[in-house]
Amino acid sequence: MTADNAIILGLVVPLAVAVLTPVFGSRPDIRDILGPLGGIVSFYAAMTVALAVLNGETPEWFILSISEGLNFSFKVTPLGAVFGLVASGLWIMAAIYSVGYMRGNNEANQTRFNAFYAIAVHAALAIAWSGNLLMLFIFYEVLTFSTYPLVIHKQTKDAMRAGRLYMGILVGTSLMLLLPAVIWVWIATGSLDFVPGGILAGKIDPSYVPWMLALFAFGVGKSALMPIHRWLPAAMVAPTPVSALLHAVAVVKAGVFTMLMVVVYIFGYDFLSLTGGSVWLIWLASFTILASSVIAIQKDDIKARLAYSTISQLSYIVLGAALANELAAKGAALHIVMHASAKITLFFCAGAIYVSAHLNKVSQLNGLGYRMPLIFIAFFLASLSIIGIPPLGGSWSKFLLMAGAADNAMIMVIIVLAVSSLMNVWYLLEPVIRGFYLSEKTPVDVAKLPLVVIPPVLTAILCIVLFFAPWPFLPLINMMVMP
Amino acid sequence: MTDFLLSHWNYFIVVLLMMIGLFIVISSMNLVKKLIGLSLFQTSVFLFYISLGKINDGTAPIIMKSGHDGHSSHDILYSNPLPHVLILTAIVVGVATTALGLALVLRIKASFNSIEEDDILQAKRELRKRSKSS
Amino acid sequence: MIEWMLHLPGIIVVIPLVMAIIVALLPSRLGWLGAVIGSGLSFWAAIILALHMLEANAMTRISYFLGGWPPPWGIEFAVDHATALVILTITALGFLSTMSGNALIFKDIHDDDKGRFFAAWLLTLGGLLGLVMTADAFNLFVFFEISSLASVTLVAMGSGRDKRALVAAFNYLVIGAIGATFYVIGVGFCYAMTGTLNMVDMASRLPDVANPIPVYIGLAFMVSGVMVKAAIFPVHIWLPPSYGFAPMAVTSLLAAIATKASLYVLIRILMTIFGGIADIPLLIMQWVLMPLALMAILLGTILAIYEKDAKFMLAHSSVAQIGYIVLGFGVATLAGVQSGFIHIANHAMIKGGMFIGLGGLAMAVAGKTDFSNLAGLGRRMPLTSSGFLICGLSLIGVPLTAGFISKFYLVSAIISAGYWQIAAIVLLSSALSVIYLWRLVETLWFSPVTDVETRLPEQPMIYIPLWLLAGANIWLGIDAGLITGLAKMASITLFGGIS
Repeated sequence: MTADNAIILGLVVPLAVAVLTPVFGSRPDIRDILGPLGGIVSFYAAMTVALAVLNGETPEWFILSISEGLNFSFKVTPLGAVFGLVASGLWIMAAIYSVGYMRGNNEANQTRFNAFYAIAVHAALAIAWSGNLLMLFIFYEVLTFSTYPLVIHKQTKDAMRAGRLYMGILVGTSLMLLLPAVIWVWIATGSLDFVPGGILAGKIDPSYVPWMLALFAFGVGKSALMPIHRWLPAAMVAPTPVSALLHAVAVVKAGVFTMLMVVVYIFGYDFLSLTGGSVWLIWLASFTILASSVIAIQKDDIKARLAYSTISQLSYIVLGAALANELAAKGAALHIVMHASAKITLFFCAGAIYVSAHLNKVSQLNGLGYRMPLIFIAFFLASLSIIGIPPLGGSWSKFLLMAGAADNAMIMVIIVLAVSSLMNVWYLLEPVIRGFYLSEKTPVDVAKLPLVVIPPVLTAILCIVLFFAPWPFLPLINMMVMP
Repeated sequence: MTDFLLSHWNYFIVVLLMMIGLFIVISSMNLVKKLIGLSLFQTSVFLFYISLGKINDGTAPIIMKSGHDGHSSHDILYSNPLPHVLILTAIVVGVATTALGLALVLRIKASFNSIEEDDILQAKRELRKRSKSS
Repeated sequence: MIEWMLHLPGIIVVIPLVMAIIVALLPSRLGWLGAVIGSGLSFWAAIILALHMLEANAMTRISYFLGGWPPPWGIEFAVDHATALVILTITALGFLSTMSGNALIFKDIHDDDKGRFFAAWLLTLGGLLGLVMTADAFNLFVFFEISSLASVTLVAMGSGRDKRALVAAFNYLVIGAIGATFYVIGVGFCYAMTGTLNMVDMASRLPDVANPIPVYIGLAFMVSGVMVKAAIFPVHIWLPPSYGFAPMAVTSLLAAIATKASLYVLIRILMTIFGGIADIPLLIMQWVLMPLALMAILLGTILAIYEKDAKFMLAHSSVAQIGYIVLGFGVATLAGVQSGFIHIANHAMIKGGMFIGLGGLAMAVAGKTDFSNLAGLGRRMPLTSSGFLICGLSLIGVPLTAGFISKFYLVSAIISAGYWQIAAIVLLSSALSVIYLWRLVETLWFSPVTDVETRLPEQPMIYIPLWLLAGANIWLGIDAGLITGLAKMASITLFGGIS
């Protein structure tokens, strides 16, 4: 199969899953196998695309021309190939897990859930492979709208309120800030293509650069930069598979991916560091990293704690983009991969604890580690990866980010990263310590559900593998920064 | 100044009628009076157009056969017939508007039992309240 | 161009008018069939015309002399790209809402009245088409009144359900008549100064008028008259009650096409007739139309947010959407006028679809459109409600729908003309419009329903036109070339007069 066809395959398969799911709505066994199958096929397609990119090709799917210089087309950049691999690969795990979770929890409306889940993955892949900024914007919005039914899945009053906040912030910021930013680029340069080294250099007055960057940084609400982070904790009312794949991987990573794409391919990090337009963003991202860590420590609800941890980790990536040099950009891109694999593991574990023991507070976990050893070990490994301890994948990205900060001679940023790592230790290892070292207060029944245990174990192993063999991500990321 | 007023007296009547008509439409609470005002307003426009078509010392635009009494038709000064034709159309439109308006007033009278605007507003307010409480 | 095609401009307008008479004479049960045939033929003719115009270059103008009398004596029908785009929009939406018309009538109109009802329906359509087609300033007034009297009749038909429809219709009639009369006064001034009623003739003679004051007064009268008809803030007050109390079928027709024709007339007057005289039309566009459009956008959106009845909510939203179109015109650049024309076509598709869909949903609950009545209908009527949702998403400008194309072009035009603050207001209001649409989405899909959730019967004559429109919204949201191309040519044509 050629890489061009692989794009079509990878994009059509999730859509086909979304269409077929309601068709088999009355036969749950066939319906539920569609997701994992679709994940495998999409991952195969994403792999083909990534290998082609590694060979120096640019896989492309041209659909039609909107107007002169603006096409409705997909075109894979190295960074896009990375994100595509992450989204489709983790979809396999999440699809398996979600079957176990939704059935174990006896959730209603599973058909609707599975269909919109697949559409969200489709949108994430389309974002990854989009050929220009307009396409990226289009599927960014599609992702928002397709995840709304997932967020309000329970249809309780709380869920509806969270849904309004979710839509309000994400649609509001993207319409009011991101869209004018895209149009501004379009008017200033007459192009929205992703070009290595950027398209804006020389086309825009350098004094406007911070403003345009601000439009992007706050317009991309999905990257959950403070003060527009509130939607992410709110979205935690959704069932855990949604929090795991979408609010640790697809949606939030789509946000930071957009930021990285904009910095690398639209501004060009050389142009950005030359104008100094991103200095303010460095400090805002640093603030977000620390502030959300402090909040995370205070949260007793496991998912809320993980949500604030995600906000903090996302700002690592924004920080990497804002530092605007080669090492930091590499670190940021690699952090997309490393954080995705670790955070999805953590959410899988949280969901597994909820569905098998019906516990959702950190303080309730005392002594549970011996009852669910695999889950707690997976949680432990993933925590270590996020903290950045070798031999786990997260150490690479954190190392590169620190090197990038050193490159800019910003000691304060290095200190921020170090302090944040310490706080990670505090709030992420507390559940593990409670699980293994404190004794159980009241014994709870723990159901045995293999479908929710296997995926976190696999993704935890992935965290280790990514340390020793960050292939194909590292070569792809190297290609991203090559001029 | 006086000359100007006298020579343009027809236009001043037009403006006067126009203002009276518009004032009645806006200020009158009675729907039939509103329609009368509207008609007056439209009539003023008819007069305006017809005034435009009149040429001093012009005669009715009926073309005589030339050579009938020594005059060629080019020598006779005619008034402009086009505005008259236009206004014929506009009168028809005005009649239709008034007829439709009166028909509506009849129906309003039948269902609201009044053609006074404040009564109708009152009735509408009650309707809204009822639909809210139900 | 083949011989018979030269008659197309006349045919398009005459078919609905003649069918109106035929329908009025035929037995009532044939009324709807006649209306479908009439609007369908007109639509078909408009397609041929539009296809021809697509191939033609920008300054092409097909003109047709009624009765063979050439202007300035006779009445001329003229078609350029702007006309073709608006005609295509009006006939397409006219045809589709006629298709759903009979099903949407529900019990609003007595069976015996259907013949006359559809006669008035066709007169409305024919009047609006004539309005767009004619190149004669006075003839335009006649078409104004044909369409307006017929649509007042249609609005009044809503009295079977709610007697407030009569008052709405009466106010519509009076305000509309004042607007039309203002327009005629304006024409009178210009006629007095130029001695012609043909728009092109008038345009060529206006710059040479010795004393321009009467011309400016005429312009002011004409513009304010047309503003009433086009429901531009603050003279939009007739619109929400008329749309709200009219029968559902009528609302779907009027909301889609009625104001579009007047908006077209507005830009014609400003740019074709008065295109030749200095800066006055530009001043009006930038200092009158643009601020009013902004007010309309904000006010319409805010009123829609607080509205508790879906039909009125959409009517208020129409006021805001008209604001978007006028704003595009008001920018008065090539791109701005283009965006106005794009939104004329797209908004017709959006609102037409939404009202047809809302009608389909409301039929299941005895025609009530309160939010409380609509609760939970989304799941019970999936075909109708999903088509409705697609049009709704297009309304708020979600990517991959036609509404997004409109918004993209509008905001681009505003920003490239340098109006940053205005772009911010437009974007703010479009974000606010998400709120009112989302209230509807929550009501339809995610609200708890009390009774058993059974599938309700859905009318094919409602969901077929609805899905055609929803499909068009998606198709033209991706492959936008047809509308944007025609609109660009239209804009170039209009600027041909000014530069």
